[in-house]
Amino acid sequence: MTAATKSGNPSLFYRLFFDKELRSVTIQVITMALLLAFFFFIISNAITNLETIGKGYSFSFLWDASNYDINQTLIEYDSRSPHWRAALVGIINTLLVAVAGIILATIVGFLLGVLRLSSNWLINRVVYVYIEYVRNVPVLLHILLVHGIVVNTLPVPKYAMMAFDGALFLTNRGFYTPKPLFEPAMWAVFIAFIIGIGFTIWFKGYARKVQDETGKIYPILWISLAAIFLFPFIVYFIAGAPLTWEYPELKGFNFKGGLVLRPEFVALWLALSLYTAAFIAEIVRAGIQAISHGQTEAAYALGIKPGRTMQLVIIPQALRVIIPPLSSQYLNITKNSSLAIAIGYMDIVATIGGISLNQTGREMECMTIVLGIYLTFSLMISAFMNWYNKRMKLVER
Amino acid sequence: MKLFKTLAVSAAVALASTSGVANAGTLEDVKARGELNCVVTTGVAGFGAPDDSGRWTGFDVDFCRATAAAVLGDPNKVKFVPTTGKTRFTVLNSGEGDILYRNTTITMSRDVDLKLTFLGVNYYDGQGFMVPKALGVTSAKQLDGASICIQTGTTTELNLADYFRANNMSYEPVTIETNEEGQTNYLAGRCDVYTTDASGLASTRSTFEHPGAHVILPEIISKEPLGPAVRQGDDEWADVTRWVLNVLIAAEELGITQGNIKGHAGSAGKDPNVNRIAGTEGDFGSMIGLDKQWAVRAISAVGNYGEIFERNIGVNTSLGLARGLNAQWTNGGILYAPPVR
Repeated sequence: MTAATKSGNPSLFYRLFFDKELRSVTIQVITMALLLAFFFFIISNAITNLETIGKGYSFSFLWDASNYDINQTLIEYDSRSPHWRAALVGIINTLLVAVAGIILATIVGFLLGVLRLSSNWLINRVVYVYIEYVRNVPVLLHILLVHGIVVNTLPVPKYAMMAFDGALFLTNRGFYTPKPLFEPAMWAVFIAFIIGIGFTIWFKGYARKVQDETGKIYPILWISLAAIFLFPFIVYFIAGAPLTWEYPELKGFNFKGGLVLRPEFVALWLALSLYTAAFIAEIVRAGIQAISHGQTEAAYALGIKPGRTMQLVIIPQALRVIIPPLSSQYLNITKNSSLAIAIGYMDIVATIGGISLNQTGREMECMTIVLGIYLTFSLMISAFMNWYNKRMKLVER
Repeated sequence: MKLFKTLAVSAAVALASTSGVANAGTLEDVKARGELNCVVTTGVAGFGAPDDSGRWTGFDVDFCRATAAAVLGDPNKVKFVPTTGKTRFTVLNSGEGDILYRNTTITMSRDVDLKLTFLGVNYYDGQGFMVPKALGVTSAKQLDGASICIQTGTTTELNLADYFRANNMSYEPVTIETNEEGQTNYLAGRCDVYTTDASGLASTRSTFEHPGAHVILPEIISKEPLGPAVRQGDDEWADVTRWVLNVLIAAEELGITQGNIKGHAGSAGKDPNVNRIAGTEGDFGSMIGLDKQWAVRAISAVGNYGEIFERNIGVNTSLGLARGLNAQWTNGGILYAPPVR
C-alpha cells in the first residue's frame, strides 16, 4: 500500500484487508464467492453440455410405459406400467429391506451387545471375534458372500429342500411358504387385534395409576400380550377360522403360489442386518458400560429386583447414550441398501436409477429423483430418532 | 442480515468470474491427445476383453484399433474405457470416451433421445436364449414360468418383456449388472435361462467349463444391429469414424487384405475402387481431415472386416460363429458398405 494510505486516512481497499473487523468479512465474502463460483461453474457446465447435445431437463418420461419387468413387486406392476410406477416399486423394495434390516439389526445388535458383556468367557470371546470380523469386512463383500452361499449351496427348485411338512421350501430361487388367504370374517380378527392394542395402552395408564396410589404392581407384560395376541386368536376360532392357505407348488421351472423370499432380498437383508448389528452391539455395550455400577448397587440396596433394576434404572439411562449413534446406524442401513444393485435386488437405484435411466437416457432427472428419495428417507429417520431422543432425555427438574 | 449481504456480494462476484464452456472438435482433441479413448465392454470374450497379458483383443477392439491407426497412425494408441451396459452412454456423452464400440444395438430412441450418432452396423445380431441341455427344452415357447438371467441396461430387457407378453407367458427376470455375474448366476442355477444377443451367448458359452452342456435355442426374438456410436453434434468426427468402418467392410468385398494392402498402396493397380482405398487415386483422406494413407493404415493394422471376424469370433475360434447375415452381400449376407468415391 502507498504511504498516503498509511498516514491516518486509510482507503477502503486498504481497510478491507488490514482492518481487523473488515478483514473477517472480506475473507468470508471471498470464500463464499469461490464456493458459489465452483457450484455455478459445475451447474452451468452441465446445462451447457446438455444443451449442446440437445437434451433438456424434463420429467415427462415418467408417464411413458417402462417396458421392463421386475421380479419382486409388492404392488401391481408389469411392463406396460409407467416409469413412475417402476420407481414406486423400487421405493417400496428399498423401504422393505431398510425397515426389515433395521428391525433385525436392532434385535441382533442388542443381543450381541449384552452378550459381549457376559461374564461367561466363551460367550464373551465368541461375540468379540464375531463383531471384530464383521465390522472389519466391507458390507459389499458380506452381501456377495451371503448371496453366493444362498445361490450356490441351496438346491434348484426341482430338488427343493422341504421343511415342516411342506410349509417351507428352500431353493436357490427363494424360500417359499404358504400364503394366507383371508376370508371376509378375518376382519373380526383384525378388529380384535386393534382393540387389544387400544386396551393395552389404556391398561398401562391404569396400572400406573394403581401403582402410584396403592403400590400394587400388575404384570403388565403378560396382560398386554394376552390382549394383543391371545384375544384375536380366540376371536379367530369363534369366527370359524376364516383363513385358508395357498401352498406353493412346483410347476414347470419354478414354484407357483405361496409367498416367496427371493435370494437377493435374503442376501441383502441378512448381510446389511448382521453387518450393522456388529456396530449396534458396540454402541449398546458402550451405553450400558457408561452407566456407573453404583446405580445398580444403589437399586439393589433399595430392594429392587435385578430385572426391574435393568428395566427401570439401567436401560433408561443407557438409552440416552445409545440413541444418537443408533440413529446414524439406521441411516447407514438405509443408504447401504443401495448396494442392492450388486446382486440384482430391484431397489430404487436398480429401477428408476438403473433401468429407467438407461432406457430413457435421462441421467440428470433419474439421479435427482434417487437423490431426493434417499434424502427424504434419511431426514425422516433422523426426525423420528430426534423425537425419540428428546422423549428419552433426562427430564431436569 | 449480515449473512444475507455476504451471500449477495459473493453471488455477484461468482457470476462475474465464470464464463461459458466451449466444445472443441473431437478429431482435433484426439489428435492433440495422441490417444483414442474407446468405450468398450468390461469383458465379452471374442468381442472385447483383455487377454492373458492384459492386452485388449476382440472384434470390437479391432475396430477401435483400426480407427486409431487411421487417425493417429498407430493401432496401439488406444485407451480402452471399460463400461457396463448401464454406464456406456453416460461415459460417451460426458466426453470420457471418443467412440463407443460395445455390442450396442442401434435403436431409434438411442439415436434420437440419447443423442448419439450411430455410424453403421458392424454385426447383425438378434436376441437368443441359452439353456442347460439337461432341461430338455427345445423351443423358447416352452419357457413359461422360467427364471431368466438378463443384463440390465440393454435392449434385451425390453425385448424379453415384449416377447413373453406377446406369447402370453410369465417369467421371473433376474436382473444382473455384468456378463460375468450373469454367468455365475446361470451356472449356479439361480436362473434356468440366460438371454442376450446370440453372439454374446456364443461368447459366454465358450468360456464355460463344459460348453457342450448348454444349447442356444433356435428362436431369435429380435433384430439387434450392433454398431459403433459417437456423440451427436460432431459431424466431422462421425464422418471419420463412419468411413473407417465402411472402408474395412469395403476392403473385404474388393479383396484387399492385411497381406496385400501394402502392395496396393505401393503402386496403382487396374481397379480404381481399390486404388481409391489404397490412396493411389484421389485424395479421400483430406476430405475427412486425414492424409491419403488413412485407409491403408487401418487395414494393415487389423485386416479387412472378414479377417477381423474370422480372427476373433469366426468358426475356427472358441465362439465358432458362422458369418450368416454378416457375410458380404455378394456372398448371401447383408453386409453392404457404401462405395468410397
